[in-house]
Amino acid sequence: MEPCLGNLDMLVIINGIETTVADTATIANLIKQLELTGRIAVELNKQIVPRSEFDSRLIKDGDVIEIVHAIGGGQSTYNW
Amino acid sequence: MNTAVKTLKRGDDDLIIDNVPYRSRLLVGTGKYRSFEETQRAIEASGAEIVTLAVRRSNIGQNKNEPNLLDYISPEKYTILPNTAGCYDAESAVRTCRLARELLDNHTLVKLEVLGDQKTLFPDIPATLAAAEILIKEGFRVMVYTNDDPIMAKRFEQMGCVAVMPLAAPIGSGLGIRNPYNIRTIVENAGVPILVDAGVGTASDAAIAMELGCDGVLMNTAIAEAKNPILMASAMKKGIEAGREAYLAGRMPRRAYASASSPIDGTFFS
Repeated sequence: MEPCLGNLDMLVIINGIETTVADTATIANLIKQLELTGRIAVELNKQIVPRSEFDSRLIKDGDVIEIVHAIGGGQSTYNW
Repeated sequence: MNTAVKTLKRGDDDLIIDNVPYRSRLLVGTGKYRSFEETQRAIEASGAEIVTLAVRRSNIGQNKNEPNLLDYISPEKYTILPNTAGCYDAESAVRTCRLARELLDNHTLVKLEVLGDQKTLFPDIPATLAAAEILIKEGFRVMVYTNDDPIMAKRFEQMGCVAVMPLAAPIGSGLGIRNPYNIRTIVENAGVPILVDAGVGTASDAAIAMELGCDGVLMNTAIAEAKNPILMASAMKKGIEAGREAYLAGRMPRRAYASASSPIDGTFFS
Protein backbone atom coordinates (compact mmCIF):
# COMPACT_ATOMS: atom_id res chain seq x y z
CA MET A 1 0.00 0.00 0.00
CA GLU A 2 1.25 3.43 -0.94
CA PRO A 3 1.47 5.82 1.96
CA CYS A 4 -0.70 8.86 1.43
CA LEU A 5 1.30 12.05 1.42
CA GLY A 6 -0.09 15.56 1.42
CA ASN A 7 -3.51 17.01 0.82
CA LEU A 8 -5.16 14.76 3.35
CA ASP A 9 -8.32 16.13 4.81
CA MET A 10 -8.47 16.49 8.55
CA LEU A 11 -11.44 16.48 10.81
CA VAL A 12 -11.53 19.36 13.28
CA ILE A 13 -14.26 20.78 15.48
CA ILE A 14 -15.00 24.44 14.87
CA ASN A 15 -17.50 26.07 17.22
CA GLY A 16 -18.84 22.65 18.06
CA ILE A 17 -19.30 21.59 14.43
CA GLU A 18 -17.19 18.86 12.80
CA THR A 19 -15.53 20.39 9.76
CA THR A 20 -13.11 19.08 7.15
CA VAL A 21 -10.03 21.13 6.37
CA ALA A 22 -6.95 20.52 4.23
CA ASP A 23 -4.02 19.12 6.17
CA THR A 24 -1.76 22.08 5.52
CA ALA A 25 -4.29 24.64 6.69
CA THR A 26 -3.32 27.50 8.95
CA ILE A 27 -5.73 29.49 11.08
CA ALA A 28 -5.61 32.23 8.42
CA ASN A 29 -6.56 29.68 5.70
CA LEU A 30 -9.45 28.52 7.84
CA ILE A 31 -10.79 32.02 8.43
CA LYS A 32 -10.64 32.61 4.68
CA GLN A 33 -12.34 29.28 3.93
CA LEU A 34 -15.16 30.17 6.33
CA GLU A 35 -15.40 33.65 4.82
CA LEU A 36 -15.29 35.25 8.24
CA THR A 37 -14.81 38.99 8.22
CA GLY A 38 -14.67 41.60 10.93
CA ARG A 39 -13.24 41.42 14.39
CA ILE A 40 -12.85 37.87 15.69
CA ALA A 41 -10.75 35.99 18.23
CA VAL A 42 -9.59 32.40 17.99
CA GLU A 43 -8.96 29.72 20.56
CA LEU A 44 -7.16 26.49 19.59
CA ASN A 45 -7.50 23.61 22.06
CA LYS A 46 -8.42 26.12 24.78
CA GLN A 47 -5.37 28.31 24.08
CA ILE A 48 -5.64 31.77 22.54
CA VAL A 49 -4.09 32.14 19.10
CA PRO A 50 -2.88 35.74 18.80
CA ARG A 51 -3.86 37.45 15.56
CA SER A 52 -0.18 37.77 14.70
CA GLU A 53 0.07 33.95 14.56
CA PHE A 54 -2.93 33.31 12.30
CA ASP A 55 -0.68 32.93 9.25
CA SER A 56 1.82 30.58 10.83
CA ARG A 57 -0.24 28.38 13.14
CA LEU A 58 -1.02 25.01 11.52
CA ILE A 59 -4.15 23.08 12.32
CA LYS A 60 -3.82 19.42 13.30
CA ASP A 61 -6.29 16.57 12.97
CA GLY A 62 -8.68 16.54 15.90
CA ASP A 63 -8.09 20.16 16.91
CA VAL A 64 -10.90 21.94 18.70
CA ILE A 65 -11.25 25.51 17.53
CA GLU A 66 -13.45 28.29 18.84
CA ILE A 67 -14.00 31.43 16.79
CA VAL A 68 -15.85 34.25 18.58
CA HIS A 69 -16.98 37.80 18.10
CA ALA A 70 -18.70 40.49 20.17
CA ILE A 71 -22.47 40.54 20.55
CA GLY A 72 -24.93 42.56 22.58
CA GLY A 73 -24.98 41.65 26.23
CA GLY A 74 -25.36 43.18 29.62
CA GLN A 75 -25.90 40.98 32.48
CA SER A 76 -26.67 37.41 31.58
CA THR A 77 -29.67 36.80 29.45
CA TYR A 78 -31.68 33.64 29.43
CA ASN A 79 -32.20 33.62 25.72
CA TRP A 80 -28.83 33.56 24.03
CA MET B 1 -17.00 84.76 44.74
CA ASN B 2 -19.99 83.21 46.36
CA THR B 3 -19.13 79.61 47.01
CA ALA B 4 -22.08 78.97 49.28
CA VAL B 5 -24.21 77.99 46.33
CA LYS B 6 -22.11 75.57 44.40
CA THR B 7 -23.59 73.44 41.73
CA LEU B 8 -21.93 70.26 40.64
CA LYS B 9 -20.01 70.76 37.44
CA ARG B 10 -19.09 68.02 35.08
CA GLY B 11 -15.62 66.79 35.90
CA ASP B 12 -15.95 67.73 39.60
CA ASP B 13 -17.27 64.36 40.55
CA ASP B 14 -15.91 61.70 38.25
CA LEU B 15 -16.31 58.00 38.73
CA ILE B 16 -12.80 56.55 38.90
CA ILE B 17 -12.38 52.93 37.92
CA ASP B 18 -8.88 51.49 37.74
CA ASN B 19 -7.45 55.04 37.69
CA VAL B 20 -9.56 56.11 34.72
CA PRO B 21 -12.08 58.92 35.28
CA TYR B 22 -15.60 58.71 33.83
CA ARG B 23 -18.15 61.47 33.89
CA SER B 24 -21.12 59.14 33.71
CA ARG B 25 -22.00 56.87 36.60
CA LEU B 26 -24.36 54.84 34.47
CA LEU B 27 -22.99 51.73 32.78
CA VAL B 28 -25.15 49.99 30.23
CA GLY B 29 -25.41 46.64 28.55
CA THR B 30 -26.11 46.05 24.88
CA GLY B 31 -28.33 42.96 25.06
CA LYS B 32 -32.05 42.51 24.31
CA TYR B 33 -32.42 45.47 21.95
CA ARG B 34 -34.43 45.15 18.76
CA SER B 35 -31.58 46.32 16.54
CA PHE B 36 -28.07 47.70 16.65
CA GLU B 37 -29.49 51.10 15.67
CA GLU B 38 -31.73 51.07 18.73
CA THR B 39 -28.81 49.94 20.91
CA GLN B 40 -26.73 52.81 19.62
CA ARG B 41 -29.44 55.43 20.17
CA ALA B 42 -30.27 54.18 23.68
CA ILE B 43 -26.63 54.25 24.72
CA GLU B 44 -26.30 57.75 23.30
CA ALA B 45 -29.34 58.88 25.31
CA SER B 46 -28.05 57.23 28.50
CA GLY B 47 -24.82 59.21 28.39
CA ALA B 48 -22.98 56.04 29.41
CA GLU B 49 -19.27 55.82 28.72
CA ILE B 50 -18.77 52.21 29.77
CA VAL B 51 -20.68 49.69 27.71
CA THR B 52 -20.81 45.94 28.26
CA LEU B 53 -20.90 43.31 25.57
CA ALA B 54 -20.76 39.54 25.38
CA VAL B 55 -18.50 37.17 23.48
CA ARG B 56 -20.11 34.41 21.45
CA ARG B 57 -19.31 31.88 18.75
CA SER B 58 -19.30 33.33 15.26
CA ASN B 59 -21.79 31.74 12.89
CA ILE B 60 -20.00 29.32 10.63
CA GLY B 61 -21.29 29.23 7.08
CA GLN B 62 -24.25 31.53 7.56
CA ASN B 63 -24.97 35.26 7.90
CA LYS B 64 -21.59 36.02 6.43
CA ASN B 65 -22.06 39.73 6.23
CA GLU B 66 -23.89 40.07 9.50
CA PRO B 67 -23.39 43.53 10.99
CA ASN B 68 -20.99 43.64 13.90
CA LEU B 69 -21.90 45.26 17.20
CA LEU B 70 -18.49 46.91 17.36
CA ASP B 71 -19.34 48.81 14.17
CA TYR B 72 -22.12 50.49 16.16
CA ILE B 73 -20.49 50.74 19.57
CA SER B 74 -17.01 51.89 18.73
CA PRO B 75 -14.17 51.01 21.14
CA GLU B 76 -12.72 54.40 20.24
CA LYS B 77 -15.76 56.18 21.62
CA TYR B 78 -16.73 53.93 24.53
CA THR B 79 -14.90 51.93 27.14
CA ILE B 80 -15.91 48.41 26.24
CA LEU B 81 -16.53 46.08 29.14
CA PRO B 82 -16.66 42.48 27.94
CA ASN B 83 -18.61 40.27 30.29
CA THR B 84 -18.65 36.58 31.07
CA ALA B 85 -22.43 36.32 30.96
CA GLY B 86 -23.61 32.78 30.45
CA CYS B 87 -20.61 31.21 32.21
CA TYR B 88 -21.46 28.67 34.89
CA ASP B 89 -17.92 27.67 35.82
CA ALA B 90 -14.61 29.40 36.43
CA GLU B 91 -12.86 27.93 33.39
CA SER B 92 -15.45 29.20 30.89
CA ALA B 93 -15.29 32.64 32.45
CA VAL B 94 -11.49 32.75 32.26
CA ARG B 95 -11.49 31.54 28.64
CA THR B 96 -14.12 34.14 27.76
CA CYS B 97 -11.98 36.92 29.22
CA ARG B 98 -8.89 35.74 27.36
CA LEU B 99 -10.83 35.69 24.09
CA ALA B 100 -12.21 39.15 24.83
CA ARG B 101 -8.74 40.48 25.50
CA GLU B 102 -7.61 39.16 22.13
CA LEU B 103 -10.77 40.42 20.42
CA LEU B 104 -10.30 43.92 21.81
CA ASP B 105 -6.56 44.30 21.27
CA ASN B 106 -5.17 43.60 24.71
CA HIS B 107 -8.04 45.19 26.59
CA THR B 108 -7.89 44.02 30.21
CA LEU B 109 -10.95 45.56 31.91
CA VAL B 110 -13.58 42.82 32.23
CA LYS B 111 -16.83 42.18 34.00
CA LEU B 112 -16.65 38.81 35.70
CA GLU B 113 -19.80 36.91 36.47
CA VAL B 114 -19.99 33.20 37.15
CA LEU B 115 -23.54 32.06 37.57
CA GLY B 116 -24.99 29.44 39.86
CA ASP B 117 -28.14 28.42 38.03
CA GLN B 118 -30.35 29.48 35.16
CA LYS B 119 -33.45 30.12 37.22
CA THR B 120 -32.03 32.72 39.58
CA LEU B 121 -28.82 33.75 37.79
CA PHE B 122 -27.39 34.31 41.23
CA PRO B 123 -23.59 34.22 41.30
CA ASP B 124 -21.66 31.07 42.16
CA ILE B 125 -19.34 32.68 44.68
CA PRO B 126 -16.68 29.95 45.04
CA ALA B 127 -16.39 29.74 41.25
CA THR B 128 -16.31 33.54 40.97
CA LEU B 129 -13.47 33.66 43.52
CA ALA B 130 -11.54 31.00 41.61
CA ALA B 131 -11.96 32.82 38.30
CA ALA B 132 -11.09 36.21 39.80
CA GLU B 133 -7.88 34.82 41.24
CA ILE B 134 -6.71 33.47 37.88
CA LEU B 135 -7.76 36.59 35.97
CA ILE B 136 -6.04 38.98 38.37
CA LYS B 137 -2.88 36.88 38.18
CA GLU B 138 -3.03 37.12 34.38
CA GLY B 139 -3.22 40.90 34.52
CA PHE B 140 -6.94 41.42 34.00
CA ARG B 141 -8.67 44.34 35.70
CA VAL B 142 -11.71 42.66 37.18
CA MET B 143 -15.07 44.24 37.93
CA VAL B 144 -16.93 41.49 39.73
CA TYR B 145 -20.61 40.66 39.93
CA THR B 146 -21.54 39.32 43.36
CA ASN B 147 -24.30 38.98 45.91
CA ASP B 148 -25.25 41.85 48.21
CA ASP B 149 -23.00 40.29 50.83
CA PRO B 150 -20.66 42.75 52.62
CA ILE B 151 -18.18 40.02 53.58
CA MET B 152 -17.80 38.78 50.00
CA ALA B 153 -17.62 42.33 48.65
CA LYS B 154 -14.68 43.01 50.95
CA ARG B 155 -13.02 39.73 50.00
CA PHE B 156 -13.20 40.59 46.29
CA GLU B 157 -11.75 44.01 47.01
CA GLN B 158 -8.90 42.55 49.05
CA MET B 159 -7.95 40.08 46.36
CA GLY B 160 -7.54 42.92 43.89
CA CYS B 161 -10.80 43.43 41.98
CA VAL B 162 -10.99 47.01 40.69
CA ALA B 163 -14.72 47.33 41.34
CA VAL B 164 -17.30 45.26 43.17
CA MET B 165 -20.79 45.02 41.73
CA PRO B 166 -23.43 43.61 44.05
CA LEU B 167 -26.83 42.74 42.63
CA ALA B 168 -29.85 44.79 43.69
CA ALA B 169 -32.21 41.95 42.75
CA PRO B 170 -31.96 39.02 40.32
CA ILE B 171 -30.67 39.83 36.82
CA GLY B 172 -33.46 40.96 34.53
CA SER B 173 -36.04 40.97 37.36
CA GLY B 174 -36.54 44.74 37.59
CA LEU B 175 -37.40 44.35 41.28
CA GLY B 176 -35.24 47.27 42.43
CA ILE B 177 -32.99 47.43 45.49
CA ARG B 178 -34.22 44.55 47.66
CA ASN B 179 -31.69 44.97 50.42
CA PRO B 180 -30.70 48.61 50.80
CA TYR B 181 -29.11 48.03 54.20
CA ASN B 182 -26.66 45.52 52.80
CA ILE B 183 -25.84 47.77 49.86
CA ARG B 184 -25.18 50.64 52.26
CA THR B 185 -22.97 48.45 54.45
CA ILE B 186 -20.99 47.35 51.39
CA VAL B 187 -20.55 50.99 50.31
CA GLU B 188 -19.51 52.14 53.78
CA ASN B 189 -16.77 49.51 54.05
CA ALA B 190 -15.51 49.77 50.49
CA GLY B 191 -12.13 50.91 49.22
CA VAL B 192 -13.01 50.36 45.56
CA PRO B 193 -16.00 51.58 43.55
CA ILE B 194 -19.25 49.79 44.36
CA LEU B 195 -21.71 49.57 41.49
CA VAL B 196 -25.15 48.08 41.68
CA ASP B 197 -25.35 45.52 38.93
CA ALA B 198 -28.64 43.89 38.07
CA GLY B 199 -32.19 44.24 39.31
CA VAL B 200 -32.90 47.90 38.59
CA GLY B 201 -36.35 48.35 37.03
CA THR B 202 -36.90 52.05 36.62
CA ALA B 203 -35.31 55.45 37.19
CA SER B 204 -36.23 55.70 40.88
CA ASP B 205 -34.43 52.41 41.55
CA ALA B 206 -31.29 53.87 39.99
CA ALA B 207 -31.69 57.03 42.08
CA ILE B 208 -32.06 54.96 45.27
CA ALA B 209 -28.86 53.06 44.49
CA MET B 210 -27.04 56.34 44.10
CA GLU B 211 -28.61 57.86 47.23
CA LEU B 212 -27.27 54.88 49.16
CA GLY B 213 -23.82 56.02 48.10
CA CYS B 214 -23.10 53.61 45.29
CA ASP B 215 -20.50 54.82 42.82
CA GLY B 216 -22.54 53.77 39.82
CA VAL B 217 -25.14 51.44 38.40
CA LEU B 218 -24.89 48.91 35.61
CA MET B 219 -28.10 48.01 33.84
CA ASN B 220 -29.38 46.52 30.63
CA THR B 221 -32.89 45.07 30.75
CA ALA B 222 -34.50 48.09 32.44
CA ILE B 223 -33.63 50.15 29.39
CA ALA B 224 -33.80 47.55 26.63
CA GLU B 225 -37.17 46.14 27.71
CA ALA B 226 -38.84 49.51 28.33
CA LYS B 227 -41.62 50.31 25.86
CA ASN B 228 -39.51 53.24 24.74
CA PRO B 229 -35.88 52.31 25.42
CA ILE B 230 -34.46 55.63 24.23
CA LEU B 231 -36.67 57.61 26.61
CA MET B 232 -35.93 55.22 29.47
CA ALA B 233 -32.21 55.59 28.81
CA SER B 234 -32.62 59.33 29.24
CA ALA B 235 -34.70 58.81 32.40
CA MET B 236 -32.00 56.56 33.85
CA LYS B 237 -29.35 59.16 33.17
CA LYS B 238 -31.36 61.70 35.14
CA GLY B 239 -32.17 59.22 37.91
CA ILE B 240 -28.48 58.48 38.37
CA GLU B 241 -27.58 62.16 38.41
CA ALA B 242 -30.39 63.08 40.79
CA GLY B 243 -29.50 60.26 43.16
CA ARG B 244 -25.82 61.19 43.11
CA GLU B 245 -26.49 64.85 43.83
CA ALA B 246 -28.91 63.95 46.62
CA TYR B 247 -26.27 61.69 48.16
CA LEU B 248 -23.63 64.41 48.02
CA ALA B 249 -26.08 67.02 49.30
CA GLY B 250 -26.87 64.88 52.34
CA ARG B 251 -30.49 64.25 53.06
CA MET B 252 -32.41 65.72 56.00
CA PRO B 253 -32.99 63.47 58.99
CA ARG B 254 -36.11 61.35 59.11
CA ARG B 255 -38.55 62.36 61.89
CA ALA B 256 -41.58 60.62 63.26
CA TYR B 257 -43.63 63.84 63.44
CA ALA B 258 -44.13 67.04 61.53
CA SER B 259 -41.73 69.96 61.68
CA ALA B 260 -43.14 73.27 60.45
CA SER B 261 -41.28 74.99 57.66
CA SER B 262 -42.61 78.49 58.41
CA PRO B 263 -41.63 80.30 61.62
CA ILE B 264 -44.25 80.30 64.35
CA ASP B 265 -42.96 83.52 65.98
CA GLY B 266 -44.65 86.73 64.88
CA THR B 267 -47.89 85.31 63.68
CA PHE B 268 -50.64 88.04 63.94
CA PHE B 269 -53.31 85.59 64.97
CA SER B 270 -53.12 83.71 68.16
